[in-house]
Amino acid sequence: MSVAILRQGDYLIASIQVDLSDSQVLELRDELSERIGRVRARGLIIDVAALDVIDSFVARSLGSIAITARLRGAETVITGIEPDVAIAMVQFDLDLAPLRTALDLDEALSLLDRLTQGAGEDEA
Amino acid sequence: MNQEDQSHEDPSPQMPEVDRSLLHELVAYLRDNRTELREEWVARITQAQLLGVMTPEEIFSEVTAVYDNYVDALETGSIETLQAYARDLSERIIPRGVETHEVLGIVLLLRDVLARALFVEYQRDADLLNRILDAYEPAANRIAVTVSVSFVEERERVIREQQEAIRELSTPVLQVRDRLLILPIIGVLDSARARQLTEQLLGAIQANRAKVVVIDITGVATIDLTVANHLVQTVEAARLMGASAIITGLSSKIAQTLVDLGVDLSMMRTVGDLQGGLEEAERLIGHRPTAKGSRPDAAAP
Amino acid sequence: MRHEVRVPISSDADLVPARAEGRALARELGFSQTDATLIATAISEIARNIVVHARSGELVMTGIQQPHRYGLVIVASDAGPGIPEIDTALERGHTSRRSLGLGLPGARRLMDEFEVETDAAKGTTVTMTKWRARDELERLRARRRERA
Repeated sequence: MSVAILRQGDYLIASIQVDLSDSQVLELRDELSERIGRVRARGLIIDVAALDVIDSFVARSLGSIAITARLRGAETVITGIEPDVAIAMVQFDLDLAPLRTALDLDEALSLLDRLTQGAGEDEA
Repeated sequence: MNQEDQSHEDPSPQMPEVDRSLLHELVAYLRDNRTELREEWVARITQAQLLGVMTPEEIFSEVTAVYDNYVDALETGSIETLQAYARDLSERIIPRGVETHEVLGIVLLLRDVLARALFVEYQRDADLLNRILDAYEPAANRIAVTVSVSFVEERERVIREQQEAIRELSTPVLQVRDRLLILPIIGVLDSARARQLTEQLLGAIQANRAKVVVIDITGVATIDLTVANHLVQTVEAARLMGASAIITGLSSKIAQTLVDLGVDLSMMRTVGDLQGGLEEAERLIGHRPTAKGSRPDAAAP
Repeated sequence: MRHEVRVPISSDADLVPARAEGRALARELGFSQTDATLIATAISEIARNIVVHARSGELVMTGIQQPHRYGLVIVASDAGPGIPEIDTALERGHTSRRSLGLGLPGARRLMDEFEVETDAAKGTTVTMTKWRARDELERLRARRRERA
């Protein structure tokens, strides 16, 4: 399986296991949107550490997953962006602001706790 | 020597046309009187207190080599060998602290020593003396310029090299406390250095699991558009990794520059000084309402 | 050491091996981890450009050596209908965020040299190069060692 999707309480954790093709990224987007509705998830964590490259298509897709998830009632946090991947991503003229990020899974979980507890303060 | 190092070289390294027979006479005279003239030159160098960092033996040996190369250059009209020697000599004496004025000084002293000797030798025949000096001076000037320029170019190269070495050795990312890093940027920020600092900072964020980084630019005098955009990108890249960046020490001059350049500062969190930046960082790090083990089951209904 | 790698591109699935091959070749040629990532990202963009504009084409990646420096050249070619208004397409942020127009300008910023030839009759060729950043430093380091 190229993406492992686990449920943990109100959250879904999608852990990408291998590099994905564009079609697989779009499938993941649809799959996550559907699962969020089905389990009424309030938070989504996507671990992208296995992606060696996040190009403009993947970056934009992650943004659209986050926007779709919010419309479906869940906040999204991306985790596992490597230093060199981050350096490449900021070269594109993309609006990356919709992407909330955290250094690792623990940080992502505590950020989601904060976001879904209604404190609503946006720091990361 | 690398090709680019030759770039300042004159396309035709030949000396101006002069009376060859006179030059032959001149060269023969300088060779016959090599011992005396060389000693006179060393004496003048010592007297003028030049090359103080070198021992008398070293001075004598270098002076001999320069003298012989000098006479060869006069004879052949080609300055290439002398130029190569001058570069090599510069490379050896620059690390020891020999200054530009010393090199200029010794070259001019040699010119002076030789001119005086020629004057004494030919003073009885004013016409011949004049023609000898006409042959000697342009060649001597050309040689003096070559040696001096070689030294200055070599010195510039050494400075560039040292800048690279400093850049390479500097590891300015400091961990203040758990999860908090400071990157104090001092000196000139160019594109290459900005890029290197970004890589260092992001690597340190990962290694230290940093939550906040304070980038202090108090020590940066000026900034251009490329570097400003790089700074914005660094802040954004840090955020993508999950760390907040705070910029401190933004002088009013740089702030004005950034505004004039139209740099998008909306994503930048800036605080006046380093102290204020650290306080803000503490506040951000302290802002962790739920413990690590807390799970969504505990979340609001 | 391999010096030339060819990757045929005929669907978006081919971007995955193209990125992996590009990264591997960059590492073999001695590029840093960061530069290898930048190169793989740029490859991804120009390969996608082939899929979107021409459906199929080919990537050729070649290690090159010049006095004092090593580089990696990537040529992406297709026989598609060409890219209309290429100059506009290369301008930073000219397109709306949802279009695919961000790829080429992004790839250009990730590489050191970048050229596009496009023609409605002959298709599109993108040639891009990255030079190993460490070469200048190593040359200086070698000179320091020589002297020491």
